[in-house]
Amino acid sequence: MTEVKSTTGEADPTLATGVSSDLADERLIQTQGLAGYGRLFLNRLKGGDLGSLPVVVGLLIISVVFASLEPRFLSSFTIMNILQFAAPVGIISLGIVLVLLLGEIDLSVGSVSGLAAATMAVLVVNQGWSITLAMVAAVAVGLVIGSGYALLYTRIGVPSFVFSLAGLLGFQGALLYVLGSDGTINLPDESWLVQFARFKFVTGLPSYLLVVLIAVGYFAAQYYGIQRRRSADLSAPSLTMVGIRTGLLGLGLLALVWYLQQGQGRGVGYLVLLFAALVVLMDLVLRKSRWGRHVFAVGGNVEAARRSGIKVDRVYFSVFALCSMLAALGGLMAAAQLTSVSQSSGTTDTNLTAIAAAVIGGTSLFGGRGSAYAALLGILVLQAITSGLNIIGVDSSVRFMVTGGVLLLAIAIDSVSRRARSSSGRG
Amino acid sequence: MPVRDTVLSLTGVNKRFGAVQVLTDIHLEVTAGEVVALVGDNGAGKSTLVKIICGVYQPDGGEISFAGLNMTVGGPSEAQALGIATVFQDLALCDNLDVVANLFLGQEKHHGVVLDEVEMEKESWRLLRTLSAKIPSVRIPIAALSGGQRQTVAIARSLVGAPKLVMLDEPTAALGVAQTAEVLNLIERLRANGLAVIVISHNMADVQAVADRVVVLRLGRNAADFKVAEVTTERLVAAITGASDNVVAARAERRAAGDEAGHETPREGEASS
Repeated sequence: MTEVKSTTGEADPTLATGVSSDLADERLIQTQGLAGYGRLFLNRLKGGDLGSLPVVVGLLIISVVFASLEPRFLSSFTIMNILQFAAPVGIISLGIVLVLLLGEIDLSVGSVSGLAAATMAVLVVNQGWSITLAMVAAVAVGLVIGSGYALLYTRIGVPSFVFSLAGLLGFQGALLYVLGSDGTINLPDESWLVQFARFKFVTGLPSYLLVVLIAVGYFAAQYYGIQRRRSADLSAPSLTMVGIRTGLLGLGLLALVWYLQQGQGRGVGYLVLLFAALVVLMDLVLRKSRWGRHVFAVGGNVEAARRSGIKVDRVYFSVFALCSMLAALGGLMAAAQLTSVSQSSGTTDTNLTAIAAAVIGGTSLFGGRGSAYAALLGILVLQAITSGLNIIGVDSSVRFMVTGGVLLLAIAIDSVSRRARSSSGRG
Repeated sequence: MPVRDTVLSLTGVNKRFGAVQVLTDIHLEVTAGEVVALVGDNGAGKSTLVKIICGVYQPDGGEISFAGLNMTVGGPSEAQALGIATVFQDLALCDNLDVVANLFLGQEKHHGVVLDEVEMEKESWRLLRTLSAKIPSVRIPIAALSGGQRQTVAIARSLVGAPKLVMLDEPTAALGVAQTAEVLNLIERLRANGLAVIVISHNMADVQAVADRVVVLRLGRNAADFKVAEVTTERLVAAITGASDNVVAARAERRAAGDEAGHETPREGEASS
């Protein structure tokens, strides 16, 4: 069955077999058709390359358990709530994913989010700034903090764990200082930010058009990629597979959008759309841009990255700055959602939820492995647990314990799959 | 054989670190399509010399000319731009990235802001085929490759910028028998492609198998320059250790003489003498 070819490899084997030039090696297991993809998928699982499967399975289990305890859990209203409340911390978690990709950590994102929200609130309510300008100022606070972190890391060599722990305490103090004697500042209900985060929903025809647009865009991008690979004589996924994937994506999104408009559901919140757009954008940037490639390289092997001419310091700088800016943005959205900023903004469990979400979603703590979708999936799991426990009327003490358990489980799965990966050569 | 161009020539290169004179008056010449092995004991100055050529260190004196032009290398990236590629002993690959990403790390091809994966993948296959390299797929992470395959990727990466000189630091140090043969084969490929190659190695068998010339350094000085065809392991070892009357060499010579005289030579005689 296996034809033994000459091992010198002088003759171009593609001419003889008609296989794409990148699949010509006789040791490569050929995959063709749906069954082939299925086998490939199973092999990857066996090799410990679990991807986002554990989280998706976890999410399904959570849904089934809560739905059996309380059918209201799967109502359009609850699902909409989960999505809405997941978004602000999810945005913060997106920054954590970036930092984790470098193998670093930022423990201060919660405090930074609170400080940014307080800055905006004080500027708008006490100083009479326009909301847009105040938001820019608040995100700039994030930029300054992140840049400071990057300088501490690259110039002085302070470990990220330490300076972000200092930031966790320091910026919590700064939050209290900025709020002053007020304690709590309420944001004006009519400001566009509050409207955006609480009351704006995409419904009806525009929502369905959006889904169609996404599906068409996805298919077009895939089709273009396939054409380019074919013309370069490289293997490409079959159009059928892409069609099936596009169909699943489109139908899945359509079903979700439709369901969110049934019953008490009000459609897809603008805030949720913003979060989803940020996730997709971050994923594309990480996978398709030079900067993203360099982030992965620095996370995988700093020394190799440095020697190959990557400006490592710039990568650290951009990542720490982006993380703090996303934290600030998340803080603004959280404040808008609650329509107020208080002394406890961003202090309670925002930090740990954001970090736990990134890790539960499948971002490795050791750098170089993870994706933007980890933030989305992770925060959905955590928010689903929170909302579910709220609905069945369980105390928040239980919620913390359950969340802790899930985090532990996620890390355990990651560790086991790491071992499987190293024994099957998937690093 | 055609007259070949001198790619790299060093004259009277000196280097000091504090009170230690690491390199003294070093001469070295490498022509296109030639493999020069750089050998010497630990502390002989091989690595320092390589680091001077690839721009990590600046020499304190002497002249370096590359491709006929006097040069001062400001740094590793300048050396790369000139056409000097170095494969370090630890390879400097990112385990979590695939072969294509590693080959083009730091010099990715792109359309505007988007990486041009198709072009890079095509070019990767071309590079790997010029080396007749056996990598099953360029879309698997480096972690999935064997030591020899990683060395292959590292060597292929040195070729991305179309260099004139490739320097390899201990390319076979951590490899098994088959993998060593594979890497030596790659070095011959580099030579066949008309590149100048400098190989640092401690393994005399590898050196004699692949090099055209062997330059021996001892205590920071040129100790010897042999044509491989005319040298024996004993003479190499003698030049490296700096003792032609070295006990090891002497004993080996005696044994060889004994072998020629016949196997009856009583070993007790040697022991008692």
